[in-house]
Amino acid sequence: MGKFFKRLYFSSLISLLLPGLAFAAGGGAVAPMVLVADTRKLDGIMAWWAGMYNESHVQFTVLTVVIIPLVGVIFGLIADVVMTWIGIDLKHRDLAEH
Amino acid sequence: MDWLYILMPIAGVKIFWPGLIILGVGVGVIGGFFGMGGAWMVTPGLNILGFPMAFAIGTDIAHMAGKSLISTMRHGKFGNVDYKLGFIMLFGTVVGFEVGAQMIMWLERIGRVELVVRWLYILLLMFITYMVFSDVTKRKKKEREALMAGKELDKLATGLEWHKTFHKIKIPPMVHLKTAGIYCSAWLPIMVSLVTGWLAGILGIGGGLIRMPSLIYIVGCPTHIAVGTDLFEVMMSGLYGAATYTFKGRTELVAALIMLVGAAIGAQVGTVATKYIKGYGIRMAFGCAVIGCAISVALKLIPTYFPGLRDFTDFAATVVVLTVVSALSIYITVRMVLGAKREVAAKKASLAPHAG
Repeated sequence: MGKFFKRLYFSSLISLLLPGLAFAAGGGAVAPMVLVADTRKLDGIMAWWAGMYNESHVQFTVLTVVIIPLVGVIFGLIADVVMTWIGIDLKHRDLAEH
Repeated sequence: MDWLYILMPIAGVKIFWPGLIILGVGVGVIGGFFGMGGAWMVTPGLNILGFPMAFAIGTDIAHMAGKSLISTMRHGKFGNVDYKLGFIMLFGTVVGFEVGAQMIMWLERIGRVELVVRWLYILLLMFITYMVFSDVTKRKKKEREALMAGKELDKLATGLEWHKTFHKIKIPPMVHLKTAGIYCSAWLPIMVSLVTGWLAGILGIGGGLIRMPSLIYIVGCPTHIAVGTDLFEVMMSGLYGAATYTFKGRTELVAALIMLVGAAIGAQVGTVATKYIKGYGIRMAFGCAVIGCAISVALKLIPTYFPGLRDFTDFAATVVVLTVVSALSIYITVRMVLGAKREVAAKKASLAPHAG
């Protein structure tokens, strides 16, 4: 019975997959898309941010990659303080199972 | 109620910001608990909130990098991260991710991206579901057999033991991964990271959904170490992914930061919950998450063949994702709160005689 279900499982998987792959092989070349931020409705820091996006994707990328982990670390440290204050041991895990 | 909406400077759409925070909390809980970024939940979630698909993937990866950093910090303190394994896998993850991301750009140009990505997703998810539940079934069988023989099953026993076959491959250099308790060829984690990184790049995800079970079933990590080490990888590939997608102009940082507010809380809850739940409990819950994900992706594929059903299947897929995310988040949060209560009570009880 188990073998039957295994065969049914894999054969239905293959029959579902093949038509999709055939569709995926088609299509022709299309020019790459260029996205531009609309700064007309923005002001202050948002306008500056959107302006940077339009002018330099390099600067925009560097700032994004710096800001994200920085904010992550700050939030992580705040949560550490809160959890320790509640009384949860944040340094040990007793459960040791595979 | 206009104050509840914020104009996204890059995508140019107005978004309901509390929705971003709620989405962040849910995905933070599940991500911290299972060791994954949770792109399969966030991307449709962002789409529902009004983000164009092109921005949904990049924004998701950017927030994932920050959230995984929070979870990795916590798992690292529990001793759940094998940094040596993480660094060995890093090279393969980055190279594989870039190849996958380039392939997605090519697929986007020929207009076949959604179809290929969804089929690949379905194939992978069905395979992972098979692995997880056949592992759980086999372990339960071993438990029953041990019980009948009047013995207790070894705590480190597993159902599927594919990793033992892979460990027999002795191609130098060999590495000893102390935290994970593994001695194997360095090529094993490198190849696993290359393939999982490539799949992550193609699917536009951090790769946790694929890498976490690969670490368990192919590399042979204990569940908790797999979760922690995988989050380290999700963090690194998320940072790299954020850089490449941002450079291609597909990231909305403002949305990612708003989501991080919720994800920071959720990630802590999910990570601390792993303290109170056994490895196989995590595996079974993970299997349920994968099934929910597979159903939602399958529903999204139906209109390719039956266009008239699009409205119904889109709605049904959204309902499935939201139900799975809510149910799992509630389950994990309840287990975390109960576990923390027990721990605090036990601490107080142990201090009481000294106080008296």
